Amino acid sequence: MTVSLSGRGVGHSFGDIAVLDGLDFEVAPGQVLGVVGPSGCGKSTLLELICGLRRPDRGTIAVAGRITERERLARSAWMPQTDCLLPWYTALDNAALALRNLGHSRVEARAEAGRLFDRFGLSGFEHARPDQLSGGMRQRVAFLRTLVSRKDVLLLDEPFASLDAITRAELQEWLLPVLSAENRTVVLVTHDVEEALYLSDTVLALTARPGRPAAMIEAPPGAGPAREHVVTGAGFGRRREELLGLLKRSPEPTAGERG
Amino acid sequence: MKAAGHTARIWLPPLVLVLVLLGLWQLAAGTGFLADRLGLDDFLVPSPAQVAEVLWQDRGLIADNAAVTLVEILAGFAVALLLGLAVATLLHFSDLVRRASYPVVVASQTIPIIVIAPILVVWFGYGIGPKLAVIALICFFPIAVNTLDGLRSVDPDSVRMMRTLYASRSQIFRRVEAPAALPYAFSGAKIAVAVAVIGAVFGEWVGSERGLGHLMLQDNAQLMTARLFASVAVLSLIAIVLFSLIGLVERALLRWR
Ligand SMILES: Nc1ncnc2c1ncn2[C@@H]1O[C@H](COP(=O)(O)OP(=O)(O)OP(=O)(O)O)[C@@H](O)[C@H]1O
Ligand SMILES: [Mg+2]
Repeated sequence: MTVSLSGRGVGHSFGDIAVLDGLDFEVAPGQVLGVVGPSGCGKSTLLELICGLRRPDRGTIAVAGRITERERLARSAWMPQTDCLLPWYTALDNAALALRNLGHSRVEARAEAGRLFDRFGLSGFEHARPDQLSGGMRQRVAFLRTLVSRKDVLLLDEPFASLDAITRAELQEWLLPVLSAENRTVVLVTHDVEEALYLSDTVLALTARPGRPAAMIEAPPGAGPAREHVVTGAGFGRRREELLGLLKRSPEPTAGERG
Repeated sequence: MKAAGHTARIWLPPLVLVLVLLGLWQLAAGTGFLADRLGLDDFLVPSPAQVAEVLWQDRGLIADNAAVTLVEILAGFAVALLLGLAVATLLHFSDLVRRASYPVVVASQTIPIIVIAPILVVWFGYGIGPKLAVIALICFFPIAVNTLDGLRSVDPDSVRMMRTLYASRSQIFRRVEAPAALPYAFSGAKIAVAVAVIGAVFGEWVGSERGLGHLMLQDNAQLMTARLFASVAVLSLIAIVLFSLIGLVERALLRWR
């Protein structure tokens, strides 16, 4: 079952600092919403609000029509900006965390999570410790861990930000078919406009803090997996320039933003 | 080969230093130079060779007393370990209890617990009781405080990530907080085992009929300086061995580091 996600007039502040303001969004079941915006504009905060780790100061967020934090938390899985792989577990045990928490036996959980390792280009690394993995592999394990939760809503916070350009392009190309096959409702935060357009159905651009909606842009339709064809297409380029223009016009965030 | 070279690089310098110091001491004490300078009788300033001789001659007596002290240390340390881990966990789980007691716990570390040893003797008598209490008390704080710091050092994002993956409070503790706190608990245990030896000797000084601390008091009164030094050497050995044992367990348990 795939569920919808929506926000109405969402706003949030930390103390005196307004971080998000007046956000409306709607994500249909199985769609991917990209969120772009300058550093410190509240993208990570938005994800924490959606998945019920925080309560928004203003407005409501609904996941499958449920608006309480507890019910949103029960339906959404969060991939934090830092991968948060637990160094005392192997790649496989990290990926299987959700199943272990659900009470599956270690053998069962490992078998189920292990089935995905091949598809994620991780076979052979099941028993590696996180510090033995490359940056790209760590991100894939972290994503796998999120996916294995079987939750309907996935909240991905800059999944590829820490990677070099080539690895990032490779992983984007890899993620696109995974997302369409999985049919989950996804919010993907990134500061890479191209990545947002390539992976999302709709892109929400935010202004500098406090993050307000600057634009909502439909990504070019019929995006195929061949990334170099997509990102060089005419419609793609026009939208990319449009988004970049919007982000450039919004003023630089002031000091004190979180990394 | 490479590993052997690595081990040698770690152990050789301190070993050489210790040997050099022992050699210097042997020279200074063996020739009577040191005693001369201090204006003391020769037998009051034993050389390492004399200490080694006494250690061998009286090995039965020293070993019997060392066994008593070792049992006190191990029992006191074990009690402190259990209590320290339990209290740290309790304080971690109860915000109210922690806010009330953490400052008290930290402040109480400044109380020289050793000076209350005489009271403990009055309460518990000459048996193992007061020694155990002193050792457990001074070992408790480094273990409890370090473990609690470790539990609180956990990356909050990891905890929140676990919450979105169905984790209950106790699962978060088992899978995230406890493993993260383990290195801290080991640091605390290493500090504790070193002070445990001091605590045992003090406990015995205050009142006992057996143990290396007791033997030291007797030897001191009878000016048997060489055997006094022998007891000190054995106590140091106990501390070093226990410290290393904890290090070994730490290495085995914390493979990921
Ligand atoms: N727990 C918090 N307490 C106080 N202020 C916070 C907290 N979390 C975030 N902030 C502030 O809120 C603002 C938005 O932070 P957020 O992490 O959501 O931005 P972001 O858009 O994800 O930035 P980046 O692109 O650098 O990751 C920042 O100014 C940050 O300092
Ligand atoms: Mg962020």
